[in-house]
Amino acid sequence: MTGSGDDTGAGLPAFEDSLDYVTVTVGGQLLGLPIARVQDVFIATRITPVPLAPREIIGLINLRGRVVTAICMRRRMGHADLPAVPTNTEGELTAVGIDQGGEAFALIVDSVGEVMRLSRTTFEPVPIHLDRAWAALAKGVHRLDDRLLVVIDVDAVLNIELPVAA
Amino acid sequence: MDELLQEFLGETGEHLDMVDRELVRFEQEPNNGNILRNIFRLVHTVKGTCGFIGLPRLEALTHAAESVIGQFRDGASVSSSAVTAILETIDRIKEIMAELAEKGQEPPGHDGQLIDELRGLAERAKQELAVRQPPPGLDPVAAYLARNAEARSTETGAPAAASAALDEMDLVFRAAPSPLDQPGQAHGEAGRDAKVAGPATLRVNVDTLEHLMTMVSELVLTRNQLLEIARRQEDAGLKGPLQRLSLITAELQDGVMKTRMQPIGNAWSKLPRIVRDLSTDLGKKIELVMEGEDTELDRQILELIKDPLIHMVRNCADHAIEEPHERTARGKSEIGTIRVSAYHEGGSVTIAISDDGRGMDTARIRRKAVQRGLISEAEAERLSEAQILRFIFHPGFSTSDTVTAVSGRGVGMDVVKVNVDAIGGMIDIASIAGTGTTITIKIPLTLAIVSALIVASEGQRFAIPQVVVRELVRVKADGEHMIERINNAPVLRLRERLLPIVALAGVMGRASDTALDDGFIVVTQVGERQFGILVESVFHTEEIVVKPMSTRLRHIPLFSGNTILGDGAVVLIVDPNGVARLVGVAAAQDEAIADASAEAARPLERTTMLVFRTGKDGVKAVPLSLVTRLEEVDAGQFESGSGRALLNYRGRLMPVVPVEGVELRQAGLQPLVIFSEGDFSMALAVDAIVDIVEEVLDIEMLAMPEQGLLGSAIIRGRATEILDLAHYLPKANPNWLHLRREDGGGPRVLLVEPSEFLREMLAPVLKAAGRQVVHAADLTMAAGLASGSSELSAVVIDLDRDAEAAFALVTRLRVESRHASLRIIGLASLPTPEMHVLAAQSELDAVVAKFDRRELIAELAETRPKLRRAA
Repeated sequence: MTGSGDDTGAGLPAFEDSLDYVTVTVGGQLLGLPIARVQDVFIATRITPVPLAPREIIGLINLRGRVVTAICMRRRMGHADLPAVPTNTEGELTAVGIDQGGEAFALIVDSVGEVMRLSRTTFEPVPIHLDRAWAALAKGVHRLDDRLLVVIDVDAVLNIELPVAA
Repeated sequence: MDELLQEFLGETGEHLDMVDRELVRFEQEPNNGNILRNIFRLVHTVKGTCGFIGLPRLEALTHAAESVIGQFRDGASVSSSAVTAILETIDRIKEIMAELAEKGQEPPGHDGQLIDELRGLAERAKQELAVRQPPPGLDPVAAYLARNAEARSTETGAPAAASAALDEMDLVFRAAPSPLDQPGQAHGEAGRDAKVAGPATLRVNVDTLEHLMTMVSELVLTRNQLLEIARRQEDAGLKGPLQRLSLITAELQDGVMKTRMQPIGNAWSKLPRIVRDLSTDLGKKIELVMEGEDTELDRQILELIKDPLIHMVRNCADHAIEEPHERTARGKSEIGTIRVSAYHEGGSVTIAISDDGRGMDTARIRRKAVQRGLISEAEAERLSEAQILRFIFHPGFSTSDTVTAVSGRGVGMDVVKVNVDAIGGMIDIASIAGTGTTITIKIPLTLAIVSALIVASEGQRFAIPQVVVRELVRVKADGEHMIERINNAPVLRLRERLLPIVALAGVMGRASDTALDDGFIVVTQVGERQFGILVESVFHTEEIVVKPMSTRLRHIPLFSGNTILGDGAVVLIVDPNGVARLVGVAAAQDEAIADASAEAARPLERTTMLVFRTGKDGVKAVPLSLVTRLEEVDAGQFESGSGRALLNYRGRLMPVVPVEGVELRQAGLQPLVIFSEGDFSMALAVDAIVDIVEEVLDIEMLAMPEQGLLGSAIIRGRATEILDLAHYLPKANPNWLHLRREDGGGPRVLLVEPSEFLREMLAPVLKAAGRQVVHAADLTMAAGLASGSSELSAVVIDLDRDAEAAFALVTRLRVESRHASLRIIGLASLPTPEMHVLAAQSELDAVVAKFDRRELIAELAETRPKLRRAA
């Protein structure tokens, strides 16, 4: 496990000072999802698109008998789509399962990385120069040695603006 | 929360609801000692439990209430204010219990005022009893104990002791004959009047049942999966156990569903109290009648309709029922009645709330609707009463001038409709001014597992609930059923009905390359509307477990949920209500077309006409309702025979007759207007179909039909000649008008129809059915002809101009014995249920829609059943 931060001795931050994340990549950017919110990581091979759904919701997935609402992180964060979005038979989607209010969601990401334990001390509030689309969805960042990890506010991601009922 | 407390709250809640109901009953039957004893016992039990658990505030309240009730039980006179006070106490207790549920302890507070009031009532009652002769057999010791026990408890404030003493007193009291009983009547019932005898019941946590239900649903899904696999395999050994599994699952499903079923009476339990309170508050006399309270519904649905039902009953009491003096002034009984009823029908439950109040003021609703800009004045005029009444379901629509605390805020009925819609139900309203109103709700029996038709569109599968599917029709570009376009809207002609068509792909925003021609039409019925959903393919029907839509997707009106099919695919469930709403335009058009043909008979003679071109500039028209089909055929297909052009059409040879001024094409596409009657068809060749127009026609009739024309009219600003079909039909088939000709020229039918135009249109129809037609332009003429010597076999009479007079004539005719077996058929533009009822009363044989030729001929063909000779 990598960890950065000035801690003495053991080389790993003390338990209370650490934050654990499941890291994912979306559009080249490293994101961190608080581990407490992550239920699952899985590959979906089939997805049912929902006509007239908000753009970010790319469909419904059957996960062990539960219907999961899939939200495309690329679209959520304002990226262009990847070339192929699988429909019923082809392609694979990498998904991180999240629960909220008893409902099952899945965040579709480009890829899933490792679980990182980071020190609180490296946590910073969202920098001003960060893309506005991300700023709304982020809780803060961790400055790693070579890159920035954007900590995602899961509830903000799930808070998709719905059209007002006609 | 403390388990004991939870149980207490649950049980006590139930007891208090029962007390509520019983008190209201008691008010209506003050001499019923049983009810009073029940009430006393219930309150006593609650008080005991409160003392046991240690809830002083509740205990004090129940104790005070119990004292008053005790006095009533002993024969003190019951006043309405006393009952009100007790009911208030019950309410206060419920309030405290609610807080108890939330916080785990009794809220701090004082109920001094209420308790004082109750004590006062109890005292007065006691004194009243003391003045009367003490009833024979009452044990003076018991009486002494009673008085002292009460005094002791209020002084010492020791609940336990008081309870014990009162328990004893209670036993003693029960053992003693009460003034209400006949002496000597077995009072040992006291011990036996425990819970009302019924089937053994068990208290089960709702969550447990939910879990069970979920498991059964999963079982159903897994079974579906296995069935799917078995379908593809040939393993014989698998089939046997699988069948058994299927049977068991189905039974288990049924059984668990039953546990979810609750009698609708549960939702109605609060109503007697509410109506009673409202009667008192509003100064009206209202009686509540409940029918079918045993009708069972899914628990989930019950929860959803409970509040809407209460709201509607309040509305009734507040707005519909008049005050007593107003009622008597109208010749009604002083007491207004609100009737709630429920019964099973098909796969649904029908609930009706009706009252005998003042009915709805449609004129006012019409005005309000126009005022709010919901429709224009012109449109408002055209809408029928039923359609106007439906405006009350519009958001914010409240026609009451004063907003009362009870209702009338204008947010009610639309919320009710939304709730009913949400569970896939239907709501409608019927009202007669001055007499009363009835609101009818139809809801599915259960929401959890439904039968659904699996269809596909644009490569994706969807599920359509079986309950709304009426039939399936295969459509092909040149097949037996094809999609036509009228005013640019796709429609399907299905058995004389025009069905608006909506393509599922289109509604989902998927522009399709393929033309709207091929596929299957799922004929869907939502409420009174029928329309067709065009899909690419239809698979099979499957039992699906309905899973609710994600909260982020619930706003899409098209879908009501989703499910997982046997093969693991997630499939969206189409909400027919949603589709119907999105198809609003098409539906309105459908109504417009239906209305148009219906309005043809109105004094303004509005008709839907098919307009076509003949020759270079000639424009002619014929009523659309007489047309069977429009076609465009390759002229090369025409054959020649006996000097006429013929077309091989659907396996038969059909004559093709050009309209005057039209030359049959030799090559290219020839537009044809097809008329069919039973086995006979003919095609009128025209130069081009111009349009379908709905117009107020003012036809200038020619004195004598000539050249195949009846007259002319201004259609869309152009002089248009009206075709005389009777001229062309025999050209196609000389026998057309002489079918089934019997000696004497066929049976005579008296056609009573004030509109000359319509007589001209209907006469060929009757003639084609082999009848001789005798015309009568008005009822006097009709009466004269009917009493004439020549024998009539049937009478076809118009009901639009003056229904009452028509019915009166029919009744007169029936009186004459020779007309007893006369077949009398009424014609109406828009036959309503009321009309059918009135028609039956006047002994008409049938009421047929004016342009429904098939129906008219079918009815003519039938004979009147032989009537019993009246003694």
